[in-house]
Amino acid sequence: MKRKINNKIKADVEMGMRKVTQYLMLVILLGCAACASPESSKNNSSNASLYQKIGQKPAIDNIIDNLVNLIGQDNVVFSHFAQSNVTHFKEKLSIYLCNITDGPCKYNGDTMQDIHKGMHIDTNQFNHFVELFIAAMEASNISYPIQNQLLARLAPLRESIIKM
Amino acid sequence: MIMNKFTSIFYACFFTVFSLNCLAEGKILATPGVSQIEGSGGGGIVPWAQLAGYATEESISASAACSRVTVKDFSLDSCGVQANFYDRIELSYAKQTFEVNPLKLDLKQTIIGAKINLFGDLVYTSLPQISLGIQSKRLKTSDVAFALGAEKDSGTDVYIAASKLHLGFINGYNWLWNITARHTKANQIGLLGFGGANEKAKIQLEASTAILLDRHLAIGVEYRQKPDNLGLGENHWKDIFVAWFPNKHLSVTLAYVDLGSIAAIDKQTGWYLSTMWYL
Ligand code: HEM
Repeated sequence: MKRKINNKIKADVEMGMRKVTQYLMLVILLGCAACASPESSKNNSSNASLYQKIGQKPAIDNIIDNLVNLIGQDNVVFSHFAQSNVTHFKEKLSIYLCNITDGPCKYNGDTMQDIHKGMHIDTNQFNHFVELFIAAMEASNISYPIQNQLLARLAPLRESIIKM
Repeated sequence: MIMNKFTSIFYACFFTVFSLNCLAEGKILATPGVSQIEGSGGGGIVPWAQLAGYATEESISASAACSRVTVKDFSLDSCGVQANFYDRIELSYAKQTFEVNPLKLDLKQTIIGAKINLFGDLVYTSLPQISLGIQSKRLKTSDVAFALGAEKDSGTDVYIAASKLHLGFINGYNWLWNITARHTKANQIGLLGFGGANEKAKIQLEASTAILLDRHLAIGVEYRQKPDNLGLGENHWKDIFVAWFPNKHLSVTLAYVDLGSIAAIDKQTGWYLSTMWYL
C-alpha cells in the first residue's frame, strides 16, 4: 500500500517536473518566436529603423514638445528643469533620440553621466520622467508597440542617470 | 460578510487615495502585478519577485486585495493587505476562507508574509529582479486536515523568485516572466494542513508569464507545482488570466483555474476573480 502510494508520488513528481519543463519550454519558445521576430517586424516595413517607424524628426520633436509641456506642469521633476535652457534641451534631446533610434544623426554631446551629474535624480523622479515620456508619446499618437521599443532603449540608461 | 469586508476596505482606500494621492507613483502601470491568493505581491497563484504596489526606493505604498475562487466543489475567499517599504521589503497579511461544499463547512487560514528584494529591478536593470520571501501560515480549523493525515496545522513556506519585464520584446509588446522555487510542506497551500505520511519532494517550482496588450491590459498563464504529502493525488495548479489596470489605484483580475484534485475529489476547475486597491 505504502509502496504503491510512494510510487504514485514518484510518478506524480516526475509528471510534475515534466509538466514544468514543458511549460518552461513553451515560455522559452514563446520568447524565442518573439526574439526571432522583433527585428523581423522590420520585414513588414522593409528594414525600417525605429527612427523611421516612430515618424522621424517631426514625430520626435513633437514628442519632445509634449514632454517639455508636461514637465512644465509637473511637480515631481520640474524643479530640476527650472533653470534650463529649453531650446538647447530640445535640440540636444532630439539628436540624442534620433541617434538612439538608429536615425541619421550622431549625438556627440556629453555622456548621460556628465549631463546629469550633480542633479541627484532619484529613482522615483526617473521613473516618473519615463511616465511623462510615455504620456508625451501617447499625445503624439505613437503606437503602443513603438512606444515600448523606444522605452526599451531608454530604460537601461537609468543607471547612468540616477544618483549622479 | 465578505461584501462588508469589501466595502470597508473600499472606503478606507477611497478616502486615503484622496488624501495621499501620488504617494507612490514610481512604477510603470501594471508592472508590480497584483496580489496572489496568499497575500504576497504576484500573479494570482504565484508570488513574484516584484513587491506589491507602486513604491520606489524613496516611497512607501500600501495595497489591499480580495479574491474569490469558485471551482466545482469548493470555493476560496481570500483578502489580504500589503505594505511595500521603499521597494525593498514587502509585508503582507491574508485571511482565507475555504468552503468545502460536500461537507458544508469552512476552513480558515491566516498567512503572514514577508518578502525582500535582493537585487535587480523588474524593468530597469538587465538582470532580473530577485526576491526572497516567506509565508507563515496558520490553519484555524484543523480537524479536516488532521483527519486526512496532516501532521501540523501551521507551517512556513520559503521561496525565491526571479522576474523580468522585457520592454517591447514581442513585436513591441512587453513580456513578463517569473519563476519561483518554493520550499513547502503545505497541503493545498495549507488549507489541508502541513506534512503527511507521503512527504517527499519539498521544492516546488512555479512559473508565470504574461504579455501586456496595452498599457492597461495583461494576459497570461501560471503554473504551480504542489506536493502530495497526504497521498490524495494533490495536483499542480494552473490558470490563464486577464488583468485590467485602469489606473494606479485599481486592478481587476479574472482567471480560469484548474486546481485538479482537492481532497481526492477531482476535476476542480472554475473561475477566479480578484480586485486590488493601491495607495
Ligand atoms: C532616459 C532618460 C533621459 C535621457 C535620454 C536624457 C537626456 C538628456 C539630454 C540629451 C540632455 C541635454 C544635454 C545637453 O544639454 O547637452 C539632458 C539634459 C537634462 N536632463 Fe536629462 N535625460 C533623461 C532623464 C532625465 C531625468 C529623469 C531628469 C530629471 C528628473 C533629467 C534632467 C535633465 C536636466 C535638468 C537637463 C539639463 C537641461 C539644461 O539645463 O540644458 N533628465 N537630458
